[in-house]
Amino acid sequence: MKKLLTAFVGSMALAAAPMAMSAEANKELKMAYDADPVTLDIHEQLSGGMLQLSHMTFDPLLRWTKDLGFEPRLAESWERVDENTMRFKLREGVKFHSGNELTTKDVKFTFDRLKQSQDFKAIFKPFSELKVVDDYTFELVTSEPYPLLLNTATYIFPMDSEFYTGETENGQSKSAITKHGNSFASENLSGTGPYVVTGRQQGVRVEFERFDDYWDTESPGNVGKIVLTPIKENNTRVSALLSGGVDFIAPVPPTDLERIRRDKNSDLVTMSGTRIILFHMNQDRVEAFKDPKVRQAIAYAINQEGIAAKIMKGFATPAAQMSPDGYQGHNESLTPRFDVAKAQQLMKEAGYEDGFTITMMAPNNRYVNDDKIAQAVAAMLARINIKVDLKTLPKAQYWPEYDARAADMMMIGWHADTEDSANFFEFLTFCPDADTGAGQYNAGNYCNPEIDALVNKANVETDLDKRAAMLKEVEQRLYDDAAFVPLHWQDLAWASKKNVKIEPILNVMNFPYLGDLVVE
Amino acid sequence: MLAFLVQRISQAVLVMFVISVIAFAIQDGLGDPLQQMVGMSVSQEEREAIRDEMGLNDPLVVQYLHFAGNALQGDLGTSYFYGKPTLDVILEHLPATLELVIGASLIILVFSVPIGVYAAIRPQAWLSKFFMGVSTVGISIPVFLTAIVLIQLFSIGVTVDWFPDDSGWGQWLNGALSTQGGLPSYGRGDDLTPLFGTWNSGFFSQGGILHLILPSVSLASIMLPLFIRLIRAEMMEVLQSDYIRYARAKGLSSARINFLHALKNTMLPVITVGGVQIGIMVAYTILTETVFQWPGVGLMFLEAITRSDIPLIVAYLMVVGLIFVITNTVVDLIYGLVNPTVKLTGKKA
Repeated sequence: MKKLLTAFVGSMALAAAPMAMSAEANKELKMAYDADPVTLDIHEQLSGGMLQLSHMTFDPLLRWTKDLGFEPRLAESWERVDENTMRFKLREGVKFHSGNELTTKDVKFTFDRLKQSQDFKAIFKPFSELKVVDDYTFELVTSEPYPLLLNTATYIFPMDSEFYTGETENGQSKSAITKHGNSFASENLSGTGPYVVTGRQQGVRVEFERFDDYWDTESPGNVGKIVLTPIKENNTRVSALLSGGVDFIAPVPPTDLERIRRDKNSDLVTMSGTRIILFHMNQDRVEAFKDPKVRQAIAYAINQEGIAAKIMKGFATPAAQMSPDGYQGHNESLTPRFDVAKAQQLMKEAGYEDGFTITMMAPNNRYVNDDKIAQAVAAMLARINIKVDLKTLPKAQYWPEYDARAADMMMIGWHADTEDSANFFEFLTFCPDADTGAGQYNAGNYCNPEIDALVNKANVETDLDKRAAMLKEVEQRLYDDAAFVPLHWQDLAWASKKNVKIEPILNVMNFPYLGDLVVE
Repeated sequence: MLAFLVQRISQAVLVMFVISVIAFAIQDGLGDPLQQMVGMSVSQEEREAIRDEMGLNDPLVVQYLHFAGNALQGDLGTSYFYGKPTLDVILEHLPATLELVIGASLIILVFSVPIGVYAAIRPQAWLSKFFMGVSTVGISIPVFLTAIVLIQLFSIGVTVDWFPDDSGWGQWLNGALSTQGGLPSYGRGDDLTPLFGTWNSGFFSQGGILHLILPSVSLASIMLPLFIRLIRAEMMEVLQSDYIRYARAKGLSSARINFLHALKNTMLPVITVGGVQIGIMVAYTILTETVFQWPGVGLMFLEAITRSDIPLIVAYLMVVGLIFVITNTVVDLIYGLVNPTVKLTGKKA
């Protein structure tokens, strides 16, 4: 009898478990970021903020894990069919916020829309089509073997095709992507994600509520309501956390790390980031930069460790290449070189012992401490007799200058959208070509066709070990050639109240998986 | 009176025109609005296409004429960032700023008049000297610093443990110097009361008022000392004048002399200065709103600049220009009411 009773109670408890799970999602989270999503249309702009929104309100086919592996989300499994094709199996029974059920039709709709999006179409260029097999099976087909197929698939957040099809009252297509002005998708949203947008005042606050029919019932997440307030001012954001006004902030400015570490009510999480900060040396503008010895001299004259320690307060990882640790091209043997005597020696060998004068430009509100870093670099170059005429600009004015290559040395920070080394090379060191868009941000006008060919070869190599070897070689050659001046990878930092367990949901891409957040 | 208004309205139109031309002329220096709208990896071709679509490639004169034509029909353009008509965006943000200004003005009014009058009547009292000293300090501290200190003291709280905690006096001193914190440090809070249209007010709930305290005090901190000193100086001058002496000689009570006869004449210049200061306050709201993430027009304007949201910048400047013209007109009218000998149009009557 007792046994029977236990079994009965046990089965009751089991039956009640999923109920209890959803009923438990009643915690409220107030968070402050430095910006709010510019739109609710996840295909309108490719940016960190938009991806954060995508992960909250939609769900990708698969997503990155903490160690840069993949984890299935809406796609249950995938397998390679041939060199150019990957077959995906879609999870069944997934509901959109509108109540519609997710099928391959929605994935197809999303894929076609991505191909239309001005911001995303470049990423999806290698894909020739998405072939629907049945309601829950589809194939991604590339025109050539493509090693980054899965990386790119993390950008597919299926949208509710029924919801986004048709016309609005004023005759606008609901699926239209508009960069400026309003569109249906920029104000209405239906995804499969853990949160539904329940209120939004642009620039003031966004409110989210947990989606009752969220498919992932295994998720430990227990936050029922999220209020996001954009707070741009660093000091104010930190004060809001310290005073208990918000539970979770990002990013944490380097100057306040100590203050938060000391605070007994707060937790700080930091990670080495993947955004490289570097300087280009323009060979078209300065004759001397054509000489590899001069470029090497500059590389030797700049103290990356010093900048990371003093200006960035230890909140940066000194770099000698573009690929951060974990990327396929990361080459462990490359370390920052700093040797003023060697630098002076190289200048002498190149015949520039007396030095020369150059212009330099950097933004002053884009990257962490960007203007201070530029000043430090200018001072370091003075030691090898290169006189620097430095100008720093707000980012809105900086980028037009950058596009015009308006100074001899220019600063840029870059994060690879594909989380892959080749992306760095394609944009920053490829021989500039206006037609193909190669080297679009190569303000050094550095050009080495051999290296470009090697990267292109790596881009169709699906054997990842072979590919990694090629990309590592590229890093090595760029390093030997001193094609650019790497400075550091910007670190990432988040902070929360002690009862908000952010550590497990954070990652190096900086899109927290808030659906899985546990608040005690 | 009518002539005065006509003159003011034509002035306003001229001001609007000049502002719009200047705002348009400097837009090239404001940077590329497209940079905020597209991802880094978008190709040059795509950018050009969007630029064409937005009319950014047209000559500036064409752009201006297009803008001016729409503006005459009450359409000041569409904000790039908000995707809405700029006037709507400004009207949405205006209540927050107005409430902040009202809050600060109340603080200024409530404190400056009694303190200023007191300091004028009893210039030698230690309390007067204390107030004057504090106001000198107040004038010289930048508003954002005041704001940061206020946040540290009253939102985060400060725990002082410089004195030995085991002795009675040490404990008392530590306690006296420590602050609790707890006041909200950002934004307007959740309990706003809808008034009309897009106006949600913070004046009718405890939460709303608590959120108003620190920003209002910060904003008032810059003007309050100024008004105290102004009222004191004017009042002292008035107290020296013949009619006050005569009133004293007549044996009127000093309360009647000070608060009825003297104060009335003191307030005249204060009103004029006050009107101008309201305009200046608009500028200070930008700083205050930035520090407190106060969702008003000041913060909106600053962010519009960092985003190169040119239509919004132009519209904001024009609205602020209009507010200046209106406040100055109202001040002149009030001045005329308080002192009927003043002729508004400046013509001989």
